[in-house]
Amino acid sequence: MIEIHLVLIFMIAAAVIAVSVKDLLSSVVAIGAVGVGLAMAFLLLKAPDLAILQLVVEILSLIILVHATTRQDLPFSTSGRWLFNTISTLFFVVVFLMVAHKALKGIPIVGASLPGAVQPIMENVPAKEETGNLVATILMKTRAIDTLGEVAALFTAVVGVLAISRKIGRTGGGNGL
Amino acid sequence: MVYKSPNKGMTVIVKTVTRLTLAFILIYGIYIGMTGGVSPGGGFTGGVILALAFVHIMLAFGKEAALRKLRANTLRMVMGPAAFIFLLGVATGRVPEEIGAICEMVIVGTGLFAIFIALVLASKSDRNSE
Repeated sequence: MIEIHLVLIFMIAAAVIAVSVKDLLSSVVAIGAVGVGLAMAFLLLKAPDLAILQLVVEILSLIILVHATTRQDLPFSTSGRWLFNTISTLFFVVVFLMVAHKALKGIPIVGASLPGAVQPIMENVPAKEETGNLVATILMKTRAIDTLGEVAALFTAVVGVLAISRKIGRTGGGNGL
Repeated sequence: MVYKSPNKGMTVIVKTVTRLTLAFILIYGIYIGMTGGVSPGGGFTGGVILALAFVHIMLAFGKEAALRKLRANTLRMVMGPAAFIFLLGVATGRVPEEIGAICEMVIVGTGLFAIFIALVLASKSDRNSE
């Protein structure tokens, strides 16, 4: 459990940096570090599903935040810091590979052990439904309302954003939306 | 920002790499979405990866190229029926799981890409008004 504490300390440090730093772009990068640390924590807690989702959503939100915070060209110079850049890149690649190896070795085989909450649901699945894809069956039959709520929240957000952008497109001339 | 303006896109290196890797990103997103039942992944994750592929096009080639590939009306026409089929599957339970996963993938992908388009257009109109 020492790894999870290291990841938590890393996340707290990155969050403090994100709050306290003056530059907005540095703050956004620190927020991305918090998200990547959360993905590593999910992977260490044997939830690769949530780790993939967290990583992908973190990348998308990071792109949107960078797009929102920077308004003009930034000075993009890496000259003079190549030694620091190379060493830090190699360090993070090594740390990532070690954590990934340790986390992926600890994940049990799918279906080998059932958590306690899933056991009665798995026993009540009808026999004709057991056609290989049991998790999808549970997702569509038992947890369907949960997934419906998840998708409905996203759908509502999309409809609202499209309505707002349609008004902007009307006043600013037709540009696709 | 690293690229010069939102309309022109990035340099030729980024454009070439995007052209080479785009198909792999799309295939990986569909794979993650379709095999979510027996391995890590799922419809939501696959949809987010599909949306990231189109965000990738928009960042590399500029806004016009991405909107030429996927117009807002197309987004609406695809997302509406997918949401309807998913709702039907939840209500009746007669829609197969694979079609439900595809519908969730389509809803999430088109929805997140539409949000990104709307944010880009809104920020552009802000810049014009200043």
